Amino acid sequence: MQAMLAARDLACRRGERLLFRGLSLSLSPGEACHVAGPNGIGKTSLIRILAGLLRPFHGSVECRASLALLDERHALDPQVPLERALAFWSELDRSGAALMAAHRERLGLAELADVPVRYLSTGQRKRAALARLLGQRAPVWLLDEPLNGLDTAGTELVETLIGEHRAAGGTCVVASHQPIRLAGATRVEIADFAA
Amino acid sequence: MIGRLLLRDCMLLMPGGRRGGALLPLLFFLAVAMIYPFAVGPDAPLLARTGGGVIWVAALLAAILPLDRLVAPDLQEGVFDQLAVRGVAEELAIAVRMLAHWLSFAPLLLIATLPAAALLGLEQETLRTVLLGLLAGTPGLAAIGVLIAALTASLRSGAALAGLLLIPLSVPILIFGAGALARPDGGGLAFAAAISLLLVAVTPFAAGAAIRAAREG
Repeated sequence: MQAMLAARDLACRRGERLLFRGLSLSLSPGEACHVAGPNGIGKTSLIRILAGLLRPFHGSVECRASLALLDERHALDPQVPLERALAFWSELDRSGAALMAAHRERLGLAELADVPVRYLSTGQRKRAALARLLGQRAPVWLLDEPLNGLDTAGTELVETLIGEHRAAGGTCVVASHQPIRLAGATRVEIADFAA
Repeated sequence: MIGRLLLRDCMLLMPGGRRGGALLPLLFFLAVAMIYPFAVGPDAPLLARTGGGVIWVAALLAAILPLDRLVAPDLQEGVFDQLAVRGVAEELAIAVRMLAHWLSFAPLLLIATLPAAALLGLEQETLRTVLLGLLAGTPGLAAIGVLIAALTASLRSGAALAGLLLIPLSVPILIFGAGALARPDGGGLAFAAAISLLLVAVTPFAAGAAIRAAREG
């Protein structure tokens, strides 16, 4: 099967430090990959390289479908009520308001529609970012520490969402230092590619 | 999509907007025009002769105030990253931001020029030249503002630096825009408009490159 996301022989340099090299991965529809390793080893850099936001020092990334990125920065205007902050992205993504309302409901944000984003807790913001991720309907998910700030129920929800996404033919790269249950996912230890 | 971006940017930047305080530069502008006669004394001919220049300087200073909230918050919040992932070029996002910035300060500034001119006792003819000059020059000021905001967005002391950078870069617009007051033959206005046009054309590319460079940093 043709790979949706393929990275060949990636190397990443930050400042004077070579974080990793020789890292390749290839993901077909339905596959997932867990990028693991301690803080500062280059998980976020790898995700950003895969997202095309950071140029790799060496190697190339090929992506045959649209991307969605979830990272520590939620890109939701702090002063705007949650509903409107999400509406901006769902309108850019051309997913309807009703669909976004359903996602909000699913992520336990139904009651918070009128609350400005800056009053939300860390976990609630993460849930809001997940709602945006769902609304984007992109086949390739790049998740950077998706479990940070989430409670146990939230963690299980993320695992379920990833499972559903893969069942629908999507692929997913998860960078996380926490254990996350991903059935049949390949595991990439960045430490194995340390320069 | 461009419309949606513009709507968001305007909501953030407009007076009473989410990022707040867009009325502040305007009040600042009026305050300068109001305080100037106190400083030089009630010499009506002097005020009328120098008033046009004062309005220009006040407009320039007012343009500095909103710089720190033009680009930096979106860069920190990852908005440009999310746009990039969706295939929206930084150049387009910046061009839209530039238009929104201009809309948020220039029309009101032109209106505020009327009371300011009355405070300084400007002639009808001078007022007309000032208004035309500001109309020609403010797009350039907006472009410089967005460009500098993008360049300094990832710096720690960016806000202070932005103000310092804007002054020398806006000198050409000031020279020709305010210079038209001394030689009212339209040449100065045309030059100010030409500089504005150039800046508006260059800024999206320069600021877009600045945002991409900030990601690498």
